[in-house]
Amino acid sequence: MKSFQLTRVDDVRRATELASVQSGGTPQASSMRFLAGGTTLLDLMKLDVERPQQVIDIHRLPLAQVVATDDGGVLIGATVRNSDLANHPLIKARYAVLSQALLSGASAQLRNMATTGGNLMQRTRCVYFRDVASPCNKRMPGSGCPAIDGYNRNLAVLGTSDQCIATNPSDMNVALSALDATIHVESSRGKRSIAIDDFFLVPGNTPQNENVLTSGELITHVTLPRPTPGNRSVYLKLRDRASYEFALASAAVVASVSAGRIEYVRVALGGVGVKPWRSHEAEAILLGQAPGAAVFRMAAEAAVQSARPQSMNGFKIELAKRCIEHTLELTTQAA
Amino acid sequence: MTKDLDRPDQSDDEESTLFERVTRRTFLTRVGVAGAAVGSGQLHAIAFADTTEAPVLDAPASGTTMRVRLSVNGRDHDLDIDPRTTLLDCVRDHLQLTGTKKGCDHGQCGACTVHVDGRRVNSCLSLAVTHEGEAIRTIEGIGQPGALHPMQAAFVEHDGFQCGYCTSGQIMSAVALLDEPYGHTDDEVKEAMSGNICRCGAYSNIVSAIQQVRRKV
Repeated sequence: MKSFQLTRVDDVRRATELASVQSGGTPQASSMRFLAGGTTLLDLMKLDVERPQQVIDIHRLPLAQVVATDDGGVLIGATVRNSDLANHPLIKARYAVLSQALLSGASAQLRNMATTGGNLMQRTRCVYFRDVASPCNKRMPGSGCPAIDGYNRNLAVLGTSDQCIATNPSDMNVALSALDATIHVESSRGKRSIAIDDFFLVPGNTPQNENVLTSGELITHVTLPRPTPGNRSVYLKLRDRASYEFALASAAVVASVSAGRIEYVRVALGGVGVKPWRSHEAEAILLGQAPGAAVFRMAAEAAVQSARPQSMNGFKIELAKRCIEHTLELTTQAA
Repeated sequence: MTKDLDRPDQSDDEESTLFERVTRRTFLTRVGVAGAAVGSGQLHAIAFADTTEAPVLDAPASGTTMRVRLSVNGRDHDLDIDPRTTLLDCVRDHLQLTGTKKGCDHGQCGACTVHVDGRRVNSCLSLAVTHEGEAIRTIEGIGQPGALHPMQAAFVEHDGFQCGYCTSGQIMSAVALLDEPYGHTDDEVKEAMSGNICRCGAYSNIVSAIQQVRRKV
């Protein structure tokens, strides 16, 4: 691990002031990192993938609350631990898909450390990204992508480019996508709010840029809108072992059925996309239809229509389809 | 003042047996210290030094270290450490609490599990200097020979280990699990314990041990 200067802060203003000392540009290019749970950052610092010169310890910021908002939604602080969020009564009762997604991720120990903001910044598990001896366009722009002709079984089939096929590994982010989350950030330049669908970037020719944050911006909280009345939500995760494993394919579905028709539906996929993959295509097919196997299959086909298989991960396309279909069954079947 | 659980060699009732209690680790530590001392001609001065104090691995205070006060097993420690020091390396190398094990060092195996403010965490993925003011508990603070925690006793009774390397992490996880919102079934225990890998494959006995304690609690 490279040497760094560590500063412990306990208020947001101090954190953003310190962060503003850094020059502009993208967070990835910055030599500063905010440290919350550390479960991704410390791991990558040990591998020399992350080499910050300045680390700002934000885990004591007063951002660890989960509170109901006046509009019927919920506000989740950036430093709320994954385990606290998953087990919070408000989340379990009204946003079950989020609780399920969180509890399907990592281990109990890691969930006790990992935070909401940190999980939004979680980086890919691509083996070439994690190995500094390998080229990687995300880690070292222009150096090449060995995954495209190499070990790509776990990597993405949706949203990929010729430069990068790395998967976003998060479960939480998939649920947040299906819940229309908004991400609130703050810097010395002010505050702004970003819809989760706009937060993550596809790699294109700049795979080093993973989200729209600018240097020094700190995620302070996430808000979720009021749940649709009568909705059911499910997170289904398919993986190589039953626990403590990243998704090969996962689906988060929020749906409500009224008078035999799907009147509200959100579909998001994990494990198959370069970012948490909201499928507007699947939703368009489902909306207004009577739930059933045929329409579920059509929706699943639509969700993966743009999928590009690599040498080892073609099975993910069929796996994702079946994952979507089964999750739709679970969310729309008669109670 | 609380009893110094993490330094059994110093406790009153064991002082008389100090020289009988030569473990593999204390033997190696003493040989190492003596070996270094022979080189510097100071064998007489330190041959019987209290090696449990041995701050030999503490980095001296300098511009590259940070001062931190850590509370470990109910005892405060003032340390000057490199900010890169993980909580795992800190308890092992700076506090000589070597019950906590380093397995993968990347949060994948659970051997390094300790409690911070009552919650189980991977100490390998946490910087020690970020834990000032938090209550850290290691396996040494859970129980001691002669006064085992019920979970430790259950692991012995059920043969919940073979080589033992993952065991302190397993027990730290299992103790924390008692206060977590998991259901009663074996499957729930397996899910709750999935962050602790046992290469010997003692899993079924570990589940038995944990379930026995859970039924009693």
